[in-house]
Amino acid sequence: MQYSDVVMDHFKKPRNVGKIENPDGTGEVGNPICGDMMTITLKVKDDRVDDIKFNTFGCGAAIAVSSMVTEMAKGKTLEEALAITKESVAKSLGGLPKNKLHCSNLGADALHKAIMDYYEHKEGKVRETKEGEKVEHIGEREGKCYCPYCDAGLPEPTPICTHCGKPTLQHSDFPIVKGAKEE
Amino acid sequence: MKVIYLDHISGNPLHPQVKEAIIDYIHKDGFGNPVSQHSIGDAAMETLEDARAKVAQLINADPQEIVFTSCGTEANNHAIKGVAFAKAKKGKHIITSNIEHQSVARPLRMLSQMGYNVTSVSVDKYGMVNPADVAEAIREDTILISIMHANNEIGTIEPIAEIGRIAKAKKVPLHTDAVVSCGNIPIDVDEMGVDLMSIAANQFYGPAGIGALYIREKTRILPLIDGGIQESNRRAGTPNMLGVVGMGKAAELARVEMPQRTEHLLKLKKAVMDRLATIDKIVINGHPEKSMPGLVSFSVEYIEGEAMMMMLDEEGICISTRSACASGSLRTSHVLIATGLDHATAQGTLVFSYGIDISVEDIDKAFASLRKSVDFLRNMSPLYKKG
Repeated sequence: MQYSDVVMDHFKKPRNVGKIENPDGTGEVGNPICGDMMTITLKVKDDRVDDIKFNTFGCGAAIAVSSMVTEMAKGKTLEEALAITKESVAKSLGGLPKNKLHCSNLGADALHKAIMDYYEHKEGKVRETKEGEKVEHIGEREGKCYCPYCDAGLPEPTPICTHCGKPTLQHSDFPIVKGAKEE
Repeated sequence: MKVIYLDHISGNPLHPQVKEAIIDYIHKDGFGNPVSQHSIGDAAMETLEDARAKVAQLINADPQEIVFTSCGTEANNHAIKGVAFAKAKKGKHIITSNIEHQSVARPLRMLSQMGYNVTSVSVDKYGMVNPADVAEAIREDTILISIMHANNEIGTIEPIAEIGRIAKAKKVPLHTDAVVSCGNIPIDVDEMGVDLMSIAANQFYGPAGIGALYIREKTRILPLIDGGIQESNRRAGTPNMLGVVGMGKAAELARVEMPQRTEHLLKLKKAVMDRLATIDKIVINGHPEKSMPGLVSFSVEYIEGEAMMMMLDEEGICISTRSACASGSLRTSHVLIATGLDHATAQGTLVFSYGIDISVEDIDKAFASLRKSVDFLRNMSPLYKKG
Protein backbone atom coordinates (compact mmCIF):
# COMPACT_ATOMS: atom_id res chain seq x y z
CA MET A 1 0.00 0.00 0.00
CA GLN A 2 1.21 3.44 -0.93
CA TYR A 3 0.03 5.24 2.22
CA SER A 4 1.87 6.16 5.42
CA ASP A 5 0.96 4.66 8.79
CA VAL A 6 -0.67 7.94 9.88
CA VAL A 7 -2.83 7.98 6.76
CA MET A 8 -3.86 4.38 7.38
CA ASP A 9 -4.67 5.15 11.01
CA HIS A 10 -6.91 8.10 10.10
CA PHE A 11 -8.48 6.11 7.28
CA LYS A 12 -9.31 3.16 9.53
CA LYS A 13 -10.38 5.28 12.49
CA PRO A 14 -11.53 8.58 11.08
CA ARG A 15 -12.06 11.31 13.67
CA ASN A 16 -15.03 13.71 13.70
CA VAL A 17 -17.20 11.96 11.12
CA GLY A 18 -20.68 13.42 10.72
CA LYS A 19 -22.64 16.58 10.27
CA ILE A 20 -23.32 19.26 12.89
CA GLU A 21 -26.95 20.33 13.08
CA ASN A 22 -27.41 24.10 12.67
CA PRO A 23 -23.72 24.73 12.05
CA ASP A 24 -22.15 28.18 12.23
CA GLY A 25 -20.27 27.47 9.03
CA THR A 26 -20.39 24.95 6.18
CA GLY A 27 -17.72 24.32 3.56
CA GLU A 28 -18.26 22.03 0.61
CA VAL A 29 -15.58 21.34 -1.98
CA GLY A 30 -15.04 18.94 -4.87
CA ASN A 31 -17.66 16.92 -6.65
CA PRO A 32 -18.18 13.19 -7.12
CA ILE A 33 -17.36 13.45 -10.81
CA CYS A 34 -13.80 14.57 -10.19
CA GLY A 35 -13.46 11.85 -7.59
CA ASP A 36 -13.63 13.48 -4.18
CA MET A 37 -16.20 15.52 -2.34
CA MET A 38 -15.97 16.85 1.17
CA THR A 39 -18.33 18.76 3.46
CA ILE A 40 -17.14 20.33 6.70
CA THR A 41 -19.54 21.76 9.30
CA LEU A 42 -18.32 23.67 12.34
CA LYS A 43 -19.44 25.47 15.49
CA VAL A 44 -17.63 28.61 16.60
CA LYS A 45 -17.35 29.77 20.21
CA ASP A 46 -15.23 32.69 21.43
CA ASP A 47 -13.61 32.96 18.03
CA ARG A 48 -12.47 29.35 18.24
CA VAL A 49 -13.44 26.18 16.37
CA ASP A 50 -15.54 24.64 19.12
CA ASP A 51 -16.72 21.59 17.19
CA ILE A 52 -16.07 20.33 13.67
CA LYS A 53 -17.29 17.35 11.65
CA PHE A 54 -16.85 16.07 8.11
CA ASN A 55 -18.54 13.94 5.48
CA THR A 56 -16.40 12.70 2.60
CA PHE A 57 -16.93 10.82 -0.63
CA GLY A 58 -13.51 9.75 -1.79
CA CYS A 59 -10.49 7.51 -1.64
CA GLY A 60 -8.46 6.52 1.39
CA ALA A 61 -6.32 9.66 1.13
CA ALA A 62 -9.36 11.93 0.97
CA ILE A 63 -10.84 10.35 4.10
CA ALA A 64 -7.55 10.58 6.02
CA VAL A 65 -7.12 14.22 4.95
CA SER A 66 -10.64 15.06 6.15
CA SER A 67 -10.07 13.38 9.48
CA MET A 68 -6.68 15.05 9.98
CA VAL A 69 -7.85 18.54 9.09
CA THR A 70 -10.74 18.37 11.57
CA GLU A 71 -8.38 17.20 14.27
CA MET A 72 -5.91 19.97 13.49
CA ALA A 73 -8.60 22.67 13.50
CA LYS A 74 -10.51 21.63 16.59
CA GLY A 75 -9.96 24.08 19.47
CA LYS A 76 -7.88 26.45 17.35
CA THR A 77 -8.73 30.14 16.89
CA LEU A 78 -10.21 30.94 13.50
CA GLU A 79 -6.99 32.74 12.53
CA GLU A 80 -4.97 29.66 13.42
CA ALA A 81 -7.37 27.43 11.56
CA LEU A 82 -7.06 29.59 8.47
CA ALA A 83 -3.31 29.11 8.63
CA ILE A 84 -3.75 25.35 8.11
CA THR A 85 -2.68 24.56 4.56
CA LYS A 86 -2.77 21.57 2.26
CA GLU A 87 0.95 21.25 2.85
CA SER A 88 0.64 21.23 6.63
CA VAL A 89 -2.16 18.63 6.44
CA ALA A 90 -0.09 16.42 4.14
CA LYS A 91 2.94 16.86 6.43
CA SER A 92 0.94 15.88 9.52
CA LEU A 93 -0.18 12.77 7.69
CA GLY A 94 3.41 11.75 7.11
CA GLY A 95 3.13 12.67 3.44
CA LEU A 96 0.75 11.75 0.65
CA PRO A 97 1.48 10.04 -2.67
CA LYS A 98 2.37 12.70 -5.24
CA ASN A 99 -0.58 12.00 -7.48
CA LYS A 100 -2.92 12.50 -4.51
CA LEU A 101 -1.44 15.76 -3.25
CA HIS A 102 -4.01 17.89 -4.99
CA CYS A 103 -7.02 15.85 -6.02
CA SER A 104 -7.57 14.29 -2.59
CA ASN A 105 -6.15 17.05 -0.47
CA LEU A 106 -9.31 19.13 -0.21
CA GLY A 107 -9.45 19.32 3.57
CA ALA A 108 -7.87 22.75 4.04
CA ASP A 109 -10.09 24.18 1.29
CA ALA A 110 -13.22 22.81 2.92
CA LEU A 111 -12.13 24.16 6.30
CA HIS A 112 -11.35 27.63 4.92
CA LYS A 113 -14.66 27.68 3.11
CA ALA A 114 -16.52 26.75 6.28
CA ILE A 115 -14.78 29.57 8.20
CA MET A 116 -15.52 32.05 5.40
CA ASP A 117 -19.11 30.89 5.51
CA TYR A 118 -19.15 31.61 9.23
CA TYR A 119 -17.78 35.13 8.74
CA GLU A 120 -20.25 35.81 6.00
CA HIS A 121 -23.32 34.59 7.80
CA LYS A 122 -22.65 35.27 11.46
CA GLU A 123 -20.90 38.56 11.10
CA GLY A 124 -22.60 39.70 7.96
CA LYS A 125 -19.35 40.40 6.12
CA VAL A 126 -16.72 38.66 4.11
CA ARG A 127 -13.43 38.49 5.91
CA GLU A 128 -10.80 40.34 3.98
CA THR A 129 -7.62 38.56 3.07
CA LYS A 130 -4.65 40.09 4.86
CA GLU A 131 -1.81 41.41 2.82
CA GLY A 132 0.65 38.70 1.93
CA GLU A 133 -1.59 35.99 3.33
CA LYS A 134 -1.84 32.93 1.15
CA VAL A 135 -5.18 31.13 1.17
CA GLU A 136 -5.04 28.56 -1.55
CA HIS A 137 -8.36 27.76 -3.16
CA ILE A 138 -8.80 24.83 -5.40
CA GLY A 139 -10.50 27.16 -7.89
CA GLU A 140 -7.20 28.83 -8.61
CA ARG A 141 -6.19 25.73 -10.50
CA GLU A 142 -9.26 25.94 -12.68
CA GLY A 143 -8.59 25.74 -16.38
CA LYS A 144 -4.98 24.73 -15.87
CA CYS A 145 -3.62 21.25 -16.34
CA TYR A 146 -1.29 19.55 -13.95
CA CYS A 147 0.66 16.32 -14.20
CA PRO A 148 -0.91 13.85 -11.75
CA TYR A 149 2.53 12.41 -10.99
CA CYS A 150 4.92 15.31 -10.52
CA ASP A 151 2.35 18.11 -10.37
CA ALA A 152 4.15 20.21 -12.95
CA GLY A 153 1.89 22.68 -14.73
CA LEU A 154 1.24 21.68 -18.33
CA PRO A 155 0.44 24.24 -21.01
CA GLU A 156 -1.99 21.83 -22.67
CA PRO A 157 -3.23 18.24 -22.17
CA THR A 158 -0.13 16.61 -23.65
CA PRO A 159 -0.03 12.80 -23.59
CA ILE A 160 3.40 12.80 -21.90
CA CYS A 161 4.33 15.12 -19.05
CA THR A 162 6.98 17.48 -20.38
CA HIS A 163 8.51 17.62 -16.91
CA CYS A 164 8.77 14.02 -15.65
CA GLY A 165 8.11 12.12 -18.87
CA LYS A 166 5.29 9.99 -17.49
CA PRO A 167 2.16 9.39 -19.57
CA THR A 168 -0.57 11.77 -18.51
CA LEU A 169 -3.40 10.57 -20.73
CA GLN A 170 -5.01 7.21 -21.05
CA HIS A 171 -7.33 8.18 -23.84
CA SER A 172 -6.88 11.42 -25.63
CA ASP A 173 -10.62 12.08 -25.59
CA PHE A 174 -10.64 12.28 -21.81
CA PRO A 175 -9.61 15.50 -20.13
CA ILE A 176 -6.48 15.51 -18.06
CA VAL A 177 -6.97 15.50 -14.29
CA LYS A 178 -7.41 18.99 -13.02
CA GLY A 179 -7.09 20.19 -9.48
CA ALA A 180 -9.97 22.45 -10.36
CA LYS A 181 -13.63 21.93 -9.70
CA GLU A 182 -16.85 23.66 -10.61
CA GLU A 183 -17.90 26.28 -8.11
CA MET B 1 -5.35 -14.43 8.89
CA LYS B 2 -6.24 -16.42 5.80
CA VAL B 3 -6.13 -14.19 2.77
CA ILE B 4 -9.01 -14.60 0.35
CA TYR B 5 -7.85 -13.76 -3.15
CA LEU B 6 -10.67 -12.45 -5.32
CA ASP B 7 -8.48 -10.76 -7.91
CA HIS B 8 -7.90 -13.62 -10.34
CA ILE B 9 -8.22 -11.23 -13.26
CA SER B 10 -4.87 -9.75 -12.18
CA GLY B 11 -3.31 -13.19 -12.28
CA ASN B 12 -4.24 -16.68 -11.14
CA PRO B 13 -2.36 -18.66 -8.52
CA LEU B 14 -0.29 -21.49 -10.03
CA HIS B 15 -2.09 -24.81 -10.39
CA PRO B 16 -0.30 -27.36 -8.13
CA GLN B 17 0.49 -29.53 -11.17
CA VAL B 18 1.91 -26.51 -13.03
CA LYS B 19 4.12 -25.75 -10.06
CA GLU B 20 5.26 -29.37 -10.06
CA ALA B 21 6.02 -29.36 -13.79
CA ILE B 22 8.17 -26.22 -13.46
CA ILE B 23 10.05 -27.57 -10.43
CA ASP B 24 10.61 -30.87 -12.24
CA TYR B 25 12.09 -29.02 -15.17
CA ILE B 26 14.44 -27.13 -12.84
CA HIS B 27 15.51 -30.41 -11.20
CA LYS B 28 16.11 -31.91 -14.62
CA ASP B 29 18.65 -29.11 -15.18
CA GLY B 30 16.55 -27.73 -17.98
CA PHE B 31 18.87 -24.95 -19.04
CA GLY B 32 19.26 -26.01 -22.65
CA ASN B 33 18.66 -23.65 -25.53
CA PRO B 34 16.28 -25.18 -28.07
CA VAL B 35 18.29 -23.62 -30.91
CA SER B 36 21.45 -25.56 -29.99
CA GLN B 37 22.14 -28.52 -32.28
CA HIS B 38 23.36 -30.95 -29.62
CA SER B 39 21.60 -33.36 -27.27
CA ILE B 40 20.97 -30.76 -24.54
CA GLY B 41 19.49 -28.41 -27.14
CA ASP B 42 17.43 -31.20 -28.67
CA ALA B 43 15.92 -32.03 -25.27
CA ALA B 44 14.93 -28.39 -24.79
CA MET B 45 13.46 -28.29 -28.29
CA GLU B 46 11.38 -31.36 -27.50
CA THR B 47 10.04 -29.69 -24.33
CA LEU B 48 9.29 -26.51 -26.24
CA GLU B 49 7.39 -28.29 -28.99
CA ASP B 50 5.47 -30.42 -26.51
CA ALA B 51 4.23 -27.26 -24.77
CA ARG B 52 3.43 -25.63 -28.10
CA ALA B 53 1.27 -28.61 -29.08
CA LYS B 54 -0.64 -28.40 -25.80
CA VAL B 55 -1.36 -24.69 -26.25
CA ALA B 56 -2.43 -25.34 -29.84
CA GLN B 57 -4.76 -28.12 -28.76
CA LEU B 58 -6.47 -25.80 -26.25
CA ILE B 59 -7.65 -23.52 -29.07
CA ASN B 60 -7.87 -26.04 -31.94
CA ALA B 61 -4.88 -24.59 -33.79
CA ASP B 62 -1.91 -26.11 -35.57
CA PRO B 63 1.19 -26.09 -33.31
CA GLN B 64 3.11 -24.14 -35.94
CA GLU B 65 0.58 -21.33 -35.56
CA ILE B 66 1.57 -20.72 -31.91
CA VAL B 67 4.31 -18.20 -31.11
CA PHE B 68 5.40 -17.93 -27.48
CA THR B 69 5.68 -14.39 -26.16
CA SER B 70 6.61 -12.85 -22.81
CA CYS B 71 3.00 -12.01 -21.91
CA GLY B 72 -0.40 -11.07 -23.27
CA THR B 73 0.68 -7.47 -23.72
CA GLU B 74 3.52 -8.52 -26.01
CA ALA B 75 1.13 -10.70 -28.01
CA ASN B 76 -1.23 -7.74 -28.48
CA ASN B 77 1.61 -5.43 -29.47
CA HIS B 78 2.99 -8.04 -31.86
CA ALA B 79 -0.34 -8.68 -33.56
CA ILE B 80 -1.15 -5.00 -34.05
CA LYS B 81 2.21 -3.53 -34.94
CA GLY B 82 3.31 -6.67 -36.81
CA VAL B 83 0.32 -6.59 -39.17
CA ALA B 84 0.28 -2.79 -39.43
CA PHE B 85 3.93 -2.68 -40.49
CA ALA B 86 3.64 -5.68 -42.82
CA LYS B 87 0.63 -4.28 -44.64
CA ALA B 88 1.45 -0.55 -44.57
CA LYS B 89 1.68 -0.48 -48.37
CA LYS B 90 -1.80 -1.95 -48.76
CA GLY B 91 -3.48 0.45 -46.38
CA LYS B 92 -3.34 2.15 -43.03
CA HIS B 93 -6.81 1.73 -41.61
CA ILE B 94 -7.46 -0.34 -38.47
CA ILE B 95 -10.75 -1.02 -36.69
CA THR B 96 -11.01 -1.55 -32.94
CA SER B 97 -13.49 -1.03 -30.10
CA ASN B 98 -13.53 1.57 -27.34
CA ILE B 99 -13.27 -0.96 -24.52
CA GLU B 100 -9.93 -2.56 -25.43
CA HIS B 101 -7.17 -3.22 -22.92
CA GLN B 102 -4.38 -0.64 -22.83
CA SER B 103 -2.05 -3.11 -24.55
CA VAL B 104 -4.27 -2.80 -27.64
CA ALA B 105 -5.41 0.81 -27.24
CA ARG B 106 -1.97 2.29 -26.72
CA PRO B 107 -0.19 0.58 -29.65
CA LEU B 108 -3.09 1.77 -31.81
CA ARG B 109 -2.69 5.31 -30.51
CA MET B 110 1.00 5.14 -31.35
CA LEU B 111 0.15 3.94 -34.87
CA SER B 112 -2.38 6.74 -35.30
CA GLN B 113 0.38 9.21 -34.43
CA MET B 114 2.48 7.54 -37.14
CA GLY B 115 -0.11 8.17 -39.83
CA TYR B 116 -2.42 5.18 -39.48
CA ASN B 117 -6.17 5.75 -39.22
CA VAL B 118 -8.00 4.03 -36.40
CA THR B 119 -11.77 3.64 -36.25
CA SER B 120 -13.08 2.76 -32.81
CA VAL B 121 -16.58 1.25 -32.68
CA SER B 122 -18.60 1.96 -29.59
CA VAL B 123 -20.37 -0.56 -27.34
CA ASP B 124 -23.85 -0.79 -25.84
CA LYS B 125 -24.66 -0.49 -22.14
CA TYR B 126 -23.46 -4.08 -21.59
CA GLY B 127 -20.15 -3.37 -23.25
CA MET B 128 -21.15 -5.34 -26.34
CA VAL B 129 -19.83 -4.52 -29.80
CA ASN B 130 -22.39 -4.62 -32.61
CA PRO B 131 -20.90 -6.63 -35.53
CA ALA B 132 -22.87 -4.46 -37.98
CA ASP B 133 -20.89 -1.44 -36.77
CA VAL B 134 -17.67 -3.29 -37.57
CA ALA B 135 -18.96 -4.20 -41.04
CA GLU B 136 -19.87 -0.58 -41.65
CA ALA B 137 -16.44 0.63 -40.57
CA ILE B 138 -14.55 -1.55 -43.07
CA ARG B 139 -12.98 0.43 -45.88
CA GLU B 140 -10.89 -0.28 -48.98
CA ASP B 141 -7.71 0.35 -47.01
CA THR B 142 -8.64 -1.56 -43.83
CA ILE B 143 -5.75 -3.87 -42.94
CA LEU B 144 -6.76 -5.16 -39.50
CA ILE B 145 -9.68 -5.55 -37.11
CA SER B 146 -8.79 -5.92 -33.43
CA ILE B 147 -11.69 -6.59 -31.05
CA MET B 148 -11.21 -8.26 -27.68
CA HIS B 149 -12.88 -11.59 -26.92
CA ALA B 150 -13.81 -10.95 -23.30
CA ASN B 151 -13.43 -7.70 -21.44
CA ASN B 152 -11.12 -7.66 -18.42
CA GLU B 153 -13.14 -5.10 -16.45
CA ILE B 154 -16.74 -6.17 -16.96
CA GLY B 155 -16.43 -9.71 -18.33
CA THR B 156 -18.64 -9.20 -21.39
CA ILE B 157 -17.95 -11.75 -24.15
CA GLU B 158 -17.95 -10.15 -27.61
CA PRO B 159 -19.54 -11.74 -30.70
CA ILE B 160 -16.18 -12.60 -32.28
CA ALA B 161 -17.51 -15.42 -34.49
CA GLU B 162 -19.93 -13.01 -36.16
CA ILE B 163 -17.21 -10.41 -36.60
CA GLY B 164 -15.00 -13.21 -37.93
CA ARG B 165 -17.49 -13.99 -40.71
CA ILE B 166 -17.63 -10.31 -41.67
CA ALA B 167 -13.84 -10.03 -41.64
CA LYS B 168 -13.43 -13.16 -43.75
CA ALA B 169 -15.95 -11.97 -46.34
CA LYS B 170 -14.06 -8.68 -46.64
CA LYS B 171 -10.66 -10.42 -46.49
CA VAL B 172 -9.50 -8.33 -43.51
CA PRO B 173 -7.41 -10.14 -40.87
CA LEU B 174 -9.05 -10.30 -37.45
CA HIS B 175 -7.14 -10.14 -34.18
CA THR B 176 -8.75 -10.85 -30.85
CA ASP B 177 -7.30 -10.23 -27.41
CA ALA B 178 -8.37 -13.45 -25.70
CA VAL B 179 -6.19 -12.98 -22.62
CA VAL B 180 -9.18 -13.02 -20.27
CA SER B 181 -11.10 -15.80 -22.00
CA CYS B 182 -8.50 -18.28 -23.26
CA GLY B 183 -8.19 -21.25 -20.96
CA ASN B 184 -11.39 -20.29 -19.15
CA ILE B 185 -14.08 -20.75 -21.78
CA PRO B 186 -14.00 -22.97 -24.89
CA ILE B 187 -12.16 -21.41 -27.82
CA ASP B 188 -11.87 -22.71 -31.36
CA VAL B 189 -9.93 -20.37 -33.63
CA ASP B 190 -11.65 -21.77 -36.71
CA GLU B 191 -15.16 -21.40 -35.34
CA MET B 192 -14.32 -17.87 -34.21
CA GLY B 193 -12.72 -17.07 -37.55
CA VAL B 194 -9.77 -15.25 -36.04
CA ASP B 195 -6.39 -14.84 -37.72
CA LEU B 196 -4.52 -13.66 -34.65
CA MET B 197 -5.25 -14.25 -30.99
CA SER B 198 -3.44 -13.17 -27.81
CA ILE B 199 -3.13 -15.53 -24.84
CA ALA B 200 -1.61 -15.20 -21.35
CA ALA B 201 -0.77 -18.21 -19.16
CA ASN B 202 -1.40 -16.49 -15.82
CA GLN B 203 -5.10 -16.25 -16.68
CA PHE B 204 -5.44 -20.03 -16.53
CA TYR B 205 -3.28 -21.01 -13.56
CA GLY B 206 0.01 -20.86 -15.46
CA PRO B 207 2.92 -18.58 -14.58
CA ALA B 208 3.14 -14.85 -15.31
CA GLY B 209 5.77 -13.79 -17.82
CA ILE B 210 4.68 -16.15 -20.58
CA GLY B 211 2.02 -15.77 -23.22
CA ALA B 212 1.40 -16.71 -26.82
CA LEU B 213 0.20 -15.23 -30.06
CA TYR B 214 -1.81 -17.46 -32.36
CA ILE B 215 -0.98 -16.57 -35.98
CA ARG B 216 -3.07 -18.29 -38.63
CA GLU B 217 -1.00 -19.76 -41.42
CA LYS B 218 -0.29 -17.30 -44.26
CA THR B 219 -1.12 -14.23 -42.19
CA ARG B 220 1.19 -11.42 -43.18
CA ILE B 221 2.97 -10.17 -40.08
CA LEU B 222 6.40 -8.85 -39.12
CA PRO B 223 8.15 -9.75 -35.87
CA LEU B 224 7.88 -7.32 -32.99
CA ILE B 225 11.17 -8.48 -31.51
CA ASP B 226 13.88 -8.95 -34.12
CA GLY B 227 16.96 -11.08 -33.87
CA GLY B 228 17.53 -14.79 -34.17
CA ILE B 229 15.52 -17.49 -35.90
CA GLN B 230 13.55 -18.62 -32.84
CA GLU B 231 9.80 -19.27 -33.13
CA SER B 232 10.22 -19.73 -36.91
CA ASN B 233 11.54 -16.18 -37.35
CA ARG B 234 8.46 -14.71 -35.75
CA ARG B 235 9.75 -13.94 -32.25
CA ALA B 236 13.48 -13.70 -31.64
CA GLY B 237 15.13 -14.40 -28.31
CA THR B 238 15.91 -17.45 -26.23
CA PRO B 239 12.58 -18.77 -25.02
CA ASN B 240 11.55 -18.57 -21.36
CA MET B 241 11.65 -22.34 -20.91
CA LEU B 242 10.31 -22.41 -17.34
CA GLY B 243 7.40 -20.31 -18.49
CA VAL B 244 6.90 -22.48 -21.57
CA VAL B 245 6.80 -25.64 -19.45
CA GLY B 246 4.29 -24.01 -17.07
CA MET B 247 2.11 -22.70 -19.87
CA GLY B 248 2.03 -26.05 -21.64
CA LYS B 249 0.96 -27.84 -18.48
CA ALA B 250 -1.60 -25.15 -17.66
CA ALA B 251 -3.07 -25.38 -21.18
CA GLU B 252 -3.36 -29.15 -20.92
CA LEU B 253 -5.10 -28.90 -17.53
CA ALA B 254 -7.40 -26.11 -18.71
CA ARG B 255 -8.60 -28.23 -21.62
CA VAL B 256 -9.23 -31.30 -19.49
CA GLU B 257 -10.67 -29.58 -16.41
CA MET B 258 -12.69 -26.84 -18.14
CA PRO B 259 -16.17 -28.38 -17.66
CA GLN B 260 -15.70 -28.91 -13.89
CA ARG B 261 -14.04 -25.50 -13.49
CA THR B 262 -16.88 -23.76 -15.30
CA GLU B 263 -19.47 -25.50 -13.17
CA HIS B 264 -17.66 -24.36 -10.02
CA LEU B 265 -17.24 -20.79 -11.27
CA LEU B 266 -20.91 -20.52 -12.19
CA LYS B 267 -21.84 -21.68 -8.70
CA LEU B 268 -19.62 -18.94 -7.26
CA LYS B 269 -21.05 -16.40 -9.67
CA LYS B 270 -24.56 -17.20 -8.50
CA ALA B 271 -23.39 -16.85 -4.88
CA VAL B 272 -21.92 -13.41 -5.65
CA MET B 273 -25.02 -12.24 -7.52
CA ASP B 274 -27.38 -13.48 -4.81
CA ARG B 275 -25.45 -11.62 -2.14
CA LEU B 276 -25.18 -8.45 -4.20
CA ALA B 277 -28.97 -8.45 -4.53
CA THR B 278 -29.20 -7.97 -0.77
CA ILE B 279 -27.24 -4.69 -0.81
CA ASP B 280 -29.06 -1.47 -1.59
CA LYS B 281 -28.13 0.67 -4.63
CA ILE B 282 -25.76 -1.60 -6.53
CA VAL B 283 -25.27 -1.45 -10.30
CA ILE B 284 -24.11 -4.65 -12.01
CA ASN B 285 -21.78 -3.99 -14.95
CA GLY B 286 -21.41 -6.13 -18.05
CA HIS B 287 -23.73 -8.42 -19.94
CA PRO B 288 -26.19 -10.42 -17.81
CA GLU B 289 -25.59 -13.68 -19.76
CA LYS B 290 -22.77 -13.34 -22.29
CA SER B 291 -20.16 -12.82 -19.64
CA MET B 292 -17.14 -14.55 -18.12
CA PRO B 293 -18.09 -17.07 -15.40
CA GLY B 294 -15.22 -16.04 -13.12
CA LEU B 295 -15.82 -12.32 -12.82
CA VAL B 296 -18.47 -9.92 -11.51
CA SER B 297 -18.13 -6.14 -11.82
CA PHE B 298 -20.44 -3.94 -9.80
CA SER B 299 -20.67 -0.34 -8.68
CA VAL B 300 -21.66 0.64 -5.16
CA GLU B 301 -23.39 4.00 -5.28
CA TYR B 302 -22.43 6.96 -3.06
CA ILE B 303 -18.98 5.65 -2.14
CA GLU B 304 -15.57 5.29 -3.73
CA GLY B 305 -13.81 2.07 -4.70
CA GLU B 306 -10.29 2.55 -3.43
CA ALA B 307 -11.55 3.14 0.10
CA MET B 308 -13.60 -0.09 -0.11
CA MET B 309 -10.63 -1.99 -1.51
CA MET B 310 -8.41 -0.76 1.35
CA MET B 311 -10.96 -1.72 3.99
CA LEU B 312 -11.36 -5.19 2.50
CA ASP B 313 -7.59 -5.58 2.27
CA GLU B 314 -7.35 -4.86 6.01
CA GLU B 315 -9.61 -7.87 6.52
CA GLY B 316 -7.59 -10.09 4.21
CA ILE B 317 -9.87 -9.84 1.18
CA CYS B 318 -8.02 -8.99 -2.05
CA ILE B 319 -10.20 -7.42 -4.72
CA SER B 320 -9.75 -4.92 -7.51
CA THR B 321 -11.38 -1.53 -8.02
CA ARG B 322 -11.94 0.48 -11.19
CA SER B 323 -12.09 3.75 -9.29
CA ALA B 324 -10.10 6.56 -10.90
CA CYS B 325 -8.50 7.20 -7.49
CA ALA B 326 -6.82 3.81 -7.59
CA SER B 327 -5.80 3.89 -11.23
CA GLY B 328 -2.48 5.67 -10.83
CA SER B 329 -3.40 7.95 -13.70
CA LEU B 330 -6.47 9.11 -11.71
CA ARG B 331 -8.79 8.70 -14.67
CA THR B 332 -12.13 6.98 -14.72
CA SER B 333 -12.15 3.60 -16.46
CA HIS B 334 -12.70 4.08 -20.20
CA VAL B 335 -14.62 0.79 -20.27
CA LEU B 336 -17.20 1.89 -17.69
CA ILE B 337 -17.61 5.28 -19.37
CA ALA B 338 -18.04 3.51 -22.75
CA THR B 339 -20.96 1.55 -21.29
CA GLY B 340 -22.59 4.84 -20.30
CA LEU B 341 -21.99 4.61 -16.55
CA ASP B 342 -21.71 8.07 -15.00
CA HIS B 343 -18.40 9.13 -13.45
CA ALA B 344 -19.66 9.24 -9.86
CA THR B 345 -21.09 5.70 -9.97
CA ALA B 346 -17.99 4.43 -11.81
CA GLN B 347 -15.94 5.66 -8.84
CA GLY B 348 -17.57 2.98 -6.67
CA THR B 349 -16.76 0.06 -8.98
CA LEU B 350 -15.31 -3.18 -7.66
CA VAL B 351 -14.37 -6.33 -9.55
CA PHE B 352 -14.66 -9.69 -7.81
CA SER B 353 -12.78 -12.31 -9.82
CA TYR B 354 -12.45 -15.77 -8.38
CA GLY B 355 -11.21 -19.20 -9.39
CA ILE B 356 -11.06 -22.89 -8.66
CA ASP B 357 -9.27 -22.23 -5.36
CA ILE B 358 -12.22 -20.20 -4.00
CA SER B 359 -15.22 -21.61 -2.13
CA VAL B 360 -18.73 -20.29 -1.42
CA GLU B 361 -17.58 -19.83 2.22
CA ASP B 362 -14.84 -17.50 0.96
CA ILE B 363 -17.48 -15.50 -0.91
CA ASP B 364 -19.54 -15.31 2.29
CA LYS B 365 -16.56 -13.99 4.24
CA ALA B 366 -15.83 -11.44 1.54
CA PHE B 367 -19.41 -10.23 1.62
CA ALA B 368 -19.42 -9.90 5.40
CA SER B 369 -16.44 -7.54 5.03
CA LEU B 370 -17.94 -5.80 2.02
CA ARG B 371 -21.19 -5.05 3.87
CA LYS B 372 -19.22 -3.63 6.77
CA SER B 373 -17.18 -1.35 4.54
CA VAL B 374 -20.21 -0.22 2.53
CA ASP B 375 -22.07 0.75 5.71
CA PHE B 376 -19.02 2.48 7.17
CA LEU B 377 -18.26 4.50 4.05
CA ARG B 378 -21.84 5.35 3.19
CA ASN B 379 -22.29 6.63 6.73
CA MET B 380 -19.39 8.98 5.99
CA SER B 381 -20.52 9.99 2.51
CA PRO B 382 -22.15 13.39 1.94
CA LEU B 383 -24.02 11.85 -1.00
CA TYR B 384 -25.80 9.11 0.91
CA LYS B 385 -29.13 9.89 2.54
CA LYS B 386 -30.18 7.33 5.07
CA GLY B 387 -33.55 5.65 4.84
